[in-house]
Amino acid sequence: MKLIIAIIQPSRLEDVKEQLYQAGVNLITVSEVLGHGRQKGVTEVYRGAREMGNLLRKVRLEIAVNKDFVEPTIKAIIKGAKTGETGDGKIFVLDLEDCVRIRTGEKGPAAIG
Amino acid sequence: MVNAGDTAWILMSSALVMLMTPGLAFFYGGMVRRKNVLSVLMQCFVILCVLSLQWVVFGYSLSFHPGDGFWGGLGWAGLNGVGLEPYADYAATIPHQAFMIFQAMFAIITPALIIGAFAERMKFSAFLIFTILWATLVYDPVCHWVWGIGGWIRNMGALDFAGGTVVHINAGIAALMTALVIGRRKNLDKSVPSPHNLPFVVLGTALLWFGWFGFNAGSALAANGIAVNAFVVTNTAAAAAGLSWALIEWIRNGKTTMFGVASGAVAGLVAITPAAGYVNVISAIIIGLLVSVFCYIAAAIIKPKLGYDDALDAFGVHCVGGMWGALATGLFASKAVNAAGNNGLFFGNPHQLYVQAVAVGSTLLYAIVGTFVIYKIIDVTIGMRVVEKDEDLGLDLTQHRERAYTVLE
Repeated sequence: MKLIIAIIQPSRLEDVKEQLYQAGVNLITVSEVLGHGRQKGVTEVYRGAREMGNLLRKVRLEIAVNKDFVEPTIKAIIKGAKTGETGDGKIFVLDLEDCVRIRTGEKGPAAIG
Repeated sequence: MVNAGDTAWILMSSALVMLMTPGLAFFYGGMVRRKNVLSVLMQCFVILCVLSLQWVVFGYSLSFHPGDGFWGGLGWAGLNGVGLEPYADYAATIPHQAFMIFQAMFAIITPALIIGAFAERMKFSAFLIFTILWATLVYDPVCHWVWGIGGWIRNMGALDFAGGTVVHINAGIAALMTALVIGRRKNLDKSVPSPHNLPFVVLGTALLWFGWFGFNAGSALAANGIAVNAFVVTNTAAAAAGLSWALIEWIRNGKTTMFGVASGAVAGLVAITPAAGYVNVISAIIIGLLVSVFCYIAAAIIKPKLGYDDALDAFGVHCVGGMWGALATGLFASKAVNAAGNNGLFFGNPHQLYVQAVAVGSTLLYAIVGTFVIYKIIDVTIGMRVVEKDEDLGLDLTQHRERAYTVLE
């Protein structure tokens, strides 16, 4: 079992979702986060006061998958999120120790899908 | 002779109509995505600044100085000769400058209405130039035709009490033109973005409804019976249209929405605008009930089918509602309400409907051509649309370097 965490551009979310559905991945958690990588955010100005390098809004996806779905999920995220510009984001793949379905108490791979 | 009551009412009405532009800003601002809310508020607000100046420097003169059929010339530029005595041909009982500042508020809100069509994708610099040119070359002439001494539509006998053609059809068709030439927003095929703050939309609707009493009842240009008639039918039509939109949604979708009732109320206010000083309250109910049907069809059925991206339905509500209002004036106008007006088709004068149709048609035609030419000139010189990256990031950050809401403190 793996936990895939992806940071993507907010405007790519709909495309990523569509690609994930096509890859048969239907269970995702989405949250809004702030951050920047090499692009260093943007300058903001409030009544003349400049704030350099502010954080940009990004979307964070969390997807828990079984072994067979790791590659298809990564492929789907890249397909939906890639524009070729800086700021397209990152995908992190982590080992997942366990997973419990709260409703039934099922554990492990059976609880993921 | 200056009349104290009339003057007080027109000053009050001018302030009411002024409030409509910030009201419209919140009405539109609530409908866009979070990343673009400031850009819409800013566009509305800066129009208030820019056109207030344009109007006193030359806009009022172009619109209202007695001139030829096309526009009024520069005889009153800088308000030269526009004093504190009444100018009887426009309003015999209030200072000329009171009439001028009341009209200023109409000249301000009209181009602001167009914003709804190109929201979320126009460059701020291009927007400023577009607004100044459009106000000068489209609004001021059409205003002169319909309301100015010597204007050809006025001489033809068309009835437009508070701006159905001048304001709503004019801005509404300009909105459709800009939506067509600027193109659809990015990523619209995947999902249509939800309004980011519907309470803002409701707040804006409330401010618009409130301000519209000045818009319509103030257009009597006196504190008299016609003003009262306009006030009553304005409220009635807005109410009927709000309910009617809710009913359409109930039948089609099984539930009514707050957004729908707000949209309906605004459509009702648009439709009653040209008719307010000429129709009775029963006619106002019919005008209000039907306008939501037309605007709903335009915004919810025709727009998605044809695929043009009139983002906030500036065309669907203002042009469609305005056309119905202008033609309805030709149907329902009655001399029993206003002896200075005329009878419409249902009161024995079919000719009035023809005159109204000519006024509608010529406003449409002129605004289509004028808007297209102005847009294209700016587009080939400095470009109208923001680059894709800026559209993704949002106009607040890329055009103004600020954002409306923080995520972290």
